[in-house]
Amino acid sequence: MRIGILSIQGSIVEHKNMLKKLDVDTILVKKPEDLDKIDGIIIPGGESTTFLTVLENTGLFKKLQDALKNGLPAMGTCAGLILLAKRIENHPHQKTLGVLDITVSRNAYGRQRESFTTYLDIPAIGDKPFEAVFIRAPQILDVGKDVRVLGVFMEKPVFLEEKNVLGLTFHPELTDDTRIHEYFLKRCIGSNEM
Amino acid sequence: MEIFTGTDKVKRGLAQMLKGGVIMDVTNAEQAEIAEEAGAVAVMALERVPADIRAQGGVARMADPKKIKEIMSAVSIPVMAKVRIGHFVEAQILEALGVDFIDESEVLTPADEKYHINKHAFKIPFVCGARDLGEALRRIAEGAAMIRTKGEAGTGNVVEAVRHMRQIMDEIRSLVLLPDDELVTKAKELGAPLEVLMETKSLGRLPVVNFAAGGIATPADAALMMHLGADGVFVGSGIFKSKDPRKRARAIVLAVTYYDDPYVLAEISEDLGEPMPGIDIRKLNETELLQTRGW
Repeated sequence: MRIGILSIQGSIVEHKNMLKKLDVDTILVKKPEDLDKIDGIIIPGGESTTFLTVLENTGLFKKLQDALKNGLPAMGTCAGLILLAKRIENHPHQKTLGVLDITVSRNAYGRQRESFTTYLDIPAIGDKPFEAVFIRAPQILDVGKDVRVLGVFMEKPVFLEEKNVLGLTFHPELTDDTRIHEYFLKRCIGSNEM
Repeated sequence: MEIFTGTDKVKRGLAQMLKGGVIMDVTNAEQAEIAEEAGAVAVMALERVPADIRAQGGVARMADPKKIKEIMSAVSIPVMAKVRIGHFVEAQILEALGVDFIDESEVLTPADEKYHINKHAFKIPFVCGARDLGEALRRIAEGAAMIRTKGEAGTGNVVEAVRHMRQIMDEIRSLVLLPDDELVTKAKELGAPLEVLMETKSLGRLPVVNFAAGGIATPADAALMMHLGADGVFVGSGIFKSKDPRKRARAIVLAVTYYDDPYVLAEISEDLGEPMPGIDIRKLNETELLQTRGW
């Protein structure tokens, strides 16, 4: 199994290190042809506006969007989630890949001063609380009927899935806890044969 | 539910999210919007870019809060702003304004010739300049969540940024090979705390993100710094002192992502218009150097 990491900028190495701990090979996805070699893709944290600029300048946007619509398993963290969402409430004109039926609000907890960590109960990955790092994080304001919510903080979903796509508003790659990456990898097994 | 703000993890974490990106100096809302559209990961809000500070002289201070607020409301990406070395009250003002990152910068006139700011006392992360490993580790010990090379700001000449990045990387490479029983003496030599030195040795890199800054003017300059080990780049005067800022800004953003692909670099370097005029560092007086500020 080989997992791609969208490598425009952001927490690329952090995700790579998590997968290395789990003995999984990674490919840094920078060009459209890189998408042909992978069983799943992680869209890391970073700046969603930067991702968008580079995706649109390189022909990656359309090919990535098609791959996701055809069932390529994906996990987006923070900026990655924003890029996957169908709607952005406070930036309605910002283009997105539009594969997660949710509305997000960018930087919804405030500015960097308000960035925080906390511990979340996420039954889908076990009983032990998960250390969640929220950095200038978005909030998920509403979710479509096919979306399954896996984690909640202050009454708002922060971890969810819809078909092949997993989205988080926080950064599991900034911790030593690999459980969310393991959960994602289970969804990638055999996806290439589908 | 308990929440923790202003921790090292959260402060260093924002710097980690900026990796592989370009942080651009801007002096008004319009420039900030151009930078964001071009794909900047953050902007540095300034009253004057370093090239103008250099040309005009006088005491350079923190920007007017009105200017910083104007820039903060114009863009959705993180906004940084500069304070004078040691001027913790300017830093408190920036924290009150809610800027996302503070640059304790040698580009402004130092306010304290002995002590840098105790950056642990702030919830907002700091970035500081460094020319060598000792300087970088001292700043990290004071609480910096991010390091950048000093280079020589406002010159459009990358030579000093190259020197500082190579210096830091060389020192880290030799540190990794150093036997543990020589570490205390090494710490003394560098003037850096042993704990941070040991952490750097075991990681084989600085414990915080390390950007390049000071003289980057072209996509090739940016890619060069990435090859030398930079985690990303600051471009100060290089964008808005050039003929076509929009085009150059986008090209530098792409150059940082595709730094190891000369074919892409060739394509994006084409027809960018005049870069900023450069300065030969050897023609500058000792007193005109910004990099010697801070210790």
